[in-house]
Amino acid sequence: MLAMNYRGPYRVRTEQRPMPEILHPEDAIVRVTRTCICGSDLHLYHGMVPDTRVGSTFGHEFIGVVEEIGPLVTNVKIGDQVLVPFNIACGRCNFCKQGLYGNCHESNSMATAVGGIFGYSHTAGGFNGGQAEYVRVPYANVGPTVIPPDMDPDDAVLLTDVVPTGYQAAEMGGIKEGDTVVVFGAGPIGIMAARCAWFFGAARVIVIDHIDYRLEFARNYSKCEAYNFKSMEDPVVFLKKITDWYGADVCIDCVGCEAEGNALQTFTGKITLMQAGAATALQWAINSVKKGGIVSVVGVYGPPFNYVPIGNILNKGITLRANQASVKRLLPKLIEHVQAGRLDPKGLITHKVPLEEISDAYHIFSAKLDECIKVVLIPSTKS
Amino acid sequence: MENNNFDYKNIPGWGMDIDERNEPTYPMKNYTGDDHKRSEYEKPPKQPVDVEILKSTERPAISAVFGNASPPSGLSGMIRRYAFKHSEDRYRHWIPLILADRINAWEGILDDFKSGTIPNIPAERGWKSELKYNRAALTKKILVTGVVSLVLLSYFTRKKR
Repeated sequence: MLAMNYRGPYRVRTEQRPMPEILHPEDAIVRVTRTCICGSDLHLYHGMVPDTRVGSTFGHEFIGVVEEIGPLVTNVKIGDQVLVPFNIACGRCNFCKQGLYGNCHESNSMATAVGGIFGYSHTAGGFNGGQAEYVRVPYANVGPTVIPPDMDPDDAVLLTDVVPTGYQAAEMGGIKEGDTVVVFGAGPIGIMAARCAWFFGAARVIVIDHIDYRLEFARNYSKCEAYNFKSMEDPVVFLKKITDWYGADVCIDCVGCEAEGNALQTFTGKITLMQAGAATALQWAINSVKKGGIVSVVGVYGPPFNYVPIGNILNKGITLRANQASVKRLLPKLIEHVQAGRLDPKGLITHKVPLEEISDAYHIFSAKLDECIKVVLIPSTKS
Repeated sequence: MENNNFDYKNIPGWGMDIDERNEPTYPMKNYTGDDHKRSEYEKPPKQPVDVEILKSTERPAISAVFGNASPPSGLSGMIRRYAFKHSEDRYRHWIPLILADRINAWEGILDDFKSGTIPNIPAERGWKSELKYNRAALTKKILVTGVVSLVLLSYFTRKKR
């Protein structure tokens, strides 16, 4: 089968690889019909996540058709069209049982700080991902969800990560009616978080980024204000000023470890790797939120640590909330929002590319060429 | 040491200020109290271990399922094995892993040659799309690299003379 093959930082290709096999009685093999490149895949692509091994296949956003099931799989059957949450979750451990499907204790031997994730380095379990024609899906009784027959596959594939992560970013913000919410990052997750902030009663949603076409996209898609931090002397002062010198009620970091905008963060985080990437967005979030405000983090940071103003978290009484999205927990509500037309996930897709052209797709997304927001890869075996 | 006979509920005031609403993980977590059972839960069947799996020192055993994407091998594999002797808390875990990743990229190139494949690095880096969508920047990059290389070359050759 054709699959993506990581060769080192900034180098990926497709090549023929062995078909995945059932390795556990609760496995399924899914024939991939749509798969995306996530913004967090770029952290792998850029070599920012430790234990990203050459030969791995990335891809944690995918949908497809169940082709084969293990003897203990009962929740899906061969031929089902399924969307597969990016978290690999056993459904039995005490974390899964409490809805923390992103923190499963039985899906990752290699790190305790993160549950298993498809195609997201050996730090996240060493599973091959869905940027391939076929993929092994462990715990098939838990994750895979049958796609409603009337749902557009382009909507379905974005329900595997982008929509739940954006939604949970807003949810973790604990937004109250009338709140001012600032979202850092106008990538697909930031745009979705800004859109979802309205569900929780926000009165004002502001997106901060430095790429004009993405800010314009956010204004239109998320119905929010959007500002370019490169046009400001100091983004924190700017945000204080436009919130009546009070600070935002909620700040959401949708950027993670590859932020721009602070020379010291960039030097220590991206150039010398003295910290796990540049934590500029998180620093701005902490410093821009009001006293007693909430900072929600879904931007991805690698181990071991980052330089952030922890003293300000204490002194301002900030509540910091963060987690990988619990896709399975959120799916029923989000499917309803999509089916009712309240959310338009496929509106984020700007590029549809054959799987064979994955090298160019990664570069376009990484270098933000051709006004790229979201790339969907289509394997040739889709039909 | 834990004293199993100790009845903490007899401590004066025990539990008086319990507030069920004081739960900052809501609604992410449906708190059931099962956390107090720790690692006691119905364990899934185990995936047979037929490849080398490196395990975090912070857990007692390999998880019930695991990925087998790229088992450790070569020099990078040796470094990864060293890294996994140390907990996730230590630099000695993460820094060697980053080093192993960089070495692994070179091993990948050697493996390509060994298997008779010449890696097309410009194609792998997506230069076709760079040429299509960012031609001016690519031209500038090539020109700057060329000029800098020429300057350095002439400087060093002159110094030798």
